[in-house]
Amino acid sequence: MSGGPDLAIVGAGPAGLAAATTAAEHGLNAVVFDEQAEPGGQIYRGIESVAAARNAHLAVLGPDYAAGLELVKRFRASGAEYVPQAAVWQIDAGRNVYYRSRGDVRIINAKQILIATGAMERPLPVPGWTLPGVMTCGAAQTLLKSTGAVPAGRFVLAGSGPLLLLIATQLLRAGVQPAAILETRPNYRAALPHLPRFIATPGYLRKGLAMLAQLRKAGVPFKRGVRQMRILGDERAREIEYEWRGRRERCAVDLVLLHQGIVPNANLALSLRCEHEWNERQRSFRPRLDAWGNSTVPGVLIAGDSGGIIGAKAAELSGRIAALSAACSAGRIGLDVRDRLARPLRRTLAHHLVVRPFLDAFYRPRQETVAPRDDDTVVCRCEEIRAGEIRRLVTGQGCPGPNQMKSFVRCGMGPCQGRLCGLTVVELIAECRDVSPAEVGYYRIRPPVKPVTVGELAGLDLDR
Amino acid sequence: MFRILSDAGGATVAVLIDGRPYQAPRGCTAAAAALLAGESATRTTPVSGVPRAPYCMMGVCFECLMEIDGVPNQQACLIPVAEGMRINRQHGKAAVQP
Repeated sequence: MSGGPDLAIVGAGPAGLAAATTAAEHGLNAVVFDEQAEPGGQIYRGIESVAAARNAHLAVLGPDYAAGLELVKRFRASGAEYVPQAAVWQIDAGRNVYYRSRGDVRIINAKQILIATGAMERPLPVPGWTLPGVMTCGAAQTLLKSTGAVPAGRFVLAGSGPLLLLIATQLLRAGVQPAAILETRPNYRAALPHLPRFIATPGYLRKGLAMLAQLRKAGVPFKRGVRQMRILGDERAREIEYEWRGRRERCAVDLVLLHQGIVPNANLALSLRCEHEWNERQRSFRPRLDAWGNSTVPGVLIAGDSGGIIGAKAAELSGRIAALSAACSAGRIGLDVRDRLARPLRRTLAHHLVVRPFLDAFYRPRQETVAPRDDDTVVCRCEEIRAGEIRRLVTGQGCPGPNQMKSFVRCGMGPCQGRLCGLTVVELIAECRDVSPAEVGYYRIRPPVKPVTVGELAGLDLDR
Repeated sequence: MFRILSDAGGATVAVLIDGRPYQAPRGCTAAAAALLAGESATRTTPVSGVPRAPYCMMGVCFECLMEIDGVPNQQACLIPVAEGMRINRQHGKAAVQP
C-alpha cells in the first residue's frame, strides 16, 4: 500500500519513543502503536499525568522515573505519529500491521517494523499464586504510577530483583509500609566475579545500597533466603507460608506482591517467526539480533528489553541505534553518517551494559523457583494445568515439548497465549528430560497475539 | 486491597461496578476502579469456577477479563474509565449475545 509509514513501531516505552524521535529527525515517517492511553511504557507509565496533575508523586517515584518526562516531551515534539490504546494483533511477512484502536480496526502497510514491546515480569509460580490478593510487584507499581493508588492493609513483597527493592522504597515514600520483604536467595558466588566491574560503574551500587538502607531505616523485616513459599486462602489470599533459616513460618496478609525479575515480552516477535535463542544468563529466550537490532526477518528490527533485558537507559539507546539503521536502510542517511551518529550512542550503551553480568548472575532465579517442586502449583493459569500434570505427561506419556503439551492438555492455549506459563513449562520439561531449555524450545506463537472479535475481523477493509 | 493517596487529585468519574455506583479516579483503568471499589475477585474461571483478580495490570496475564458496557472478555486493565461505564464481574465462560 502506498502512503504507509516508513517505520511502524510497536511499543511506546523508552526504546520505542527514542526510536520514533530519532527516525523522525532523519526524515522517516514513523508511527508508534501502544496499548496504553499515554506514552512512556511500563517504566514511565503515566508520566505526563503525574507531572501535570500530581506533581508530588514525582518525588515518591524518584528521579529515574521523572527522567522519562524529557524523553516523552522530545517524542511529542518529534512529529512522529502516535496511536494510543492500540492492540496490534498481527504483523505479517508483508509488513502489514493489523490493529485496533478505540474501536477502529485497521491494517496499514509499513516499509520497516520496529518491535519495542519491552518486558514483562517473569512468572513466579507458587501454590496459591492464582488467588485474588496476589499480584505482581509491577502491578502495584503500575497502580501507583497511573492512579496514585497504594496497597491498603497488610502486604508483603516476595521474590527477588532490583524492581522489588525499588517498588518497596517507592511505597515507603508514599507512606505505606510492607509487613515484610521475603527474598528468594540471590547467587552470591556466581555474581562475585562480576562484582568489581559493577562497583566500578558509577551510580548503580550506590542506588542499590541506598534502597537497602531506606528499607532498614524504616524497619521493614527483610528475610533473605526464603524458600518454598505457598500462599494460603480460600476465596482470597490470607496467609503466606515459607521456609526461612530452616524453619516454616507463616505471615497473615491481605495482599502478596510477587516479583522474580523481568523477561522479554516476546509474543509479537515470536509470531513473526523472528528466530529466538535461549539466554542461559537471563534464563529466558531472546531474539537473534545483529548490532543494529535487525532480527532474522528482513525489515523487522527489535530494540529495548524485548531484545533481551538491558534496562531503561540502554533500551533508549538501542532504540536510537535501531532507528539510525532504519533511516539508513530507507536511504535517508548514508552508512558513514549512520556509523558516526551511532558511535557515541554505543559508548554510552556499553557503559550501561557493564552492570548487567553482575545483576543477571546475582538475581538469576534458581531451579526450584523456575520449575516448581510442589505438584499442586498451577503453571498455566488460564487452563489451570498444574506442575504435577506437566511432569506426569513428560515422564509418563512422553510429551516432548511445549507445543505437544498444548495438544495433550491445552496448556498455554488460554487467553494469555502462554505468556504466563511458557517459561515455566519449558523449564519443567527440560528438567524432566534432563536437557537444556534451548533443546526444548518454546511455544509456537501464532497471530492474533491480542484478542480480536469475529465482528472486528469482518469489518476490516481488505480491498486496499 | 488498594486505596488512593490523599494527594492524588480529586477528579472522579461515576461508574457502575456490578450495578453499584462508584466514583472512580479520572484516568484510572476499569480494573483499578474495581480494585479500589473493594472487589477482591473480578471474575471466576471458565475451567473450574474459582475466583480470580487482576494480576499484572499491564495487559499480559488476561486475569482481569471483565464485562464492560455489555461486552464480555475485556482486558479491564487496559480500558480507562468513562462516565457511566458499566463494569461487571464475569462468571465462568462469557456468553455470546446473538
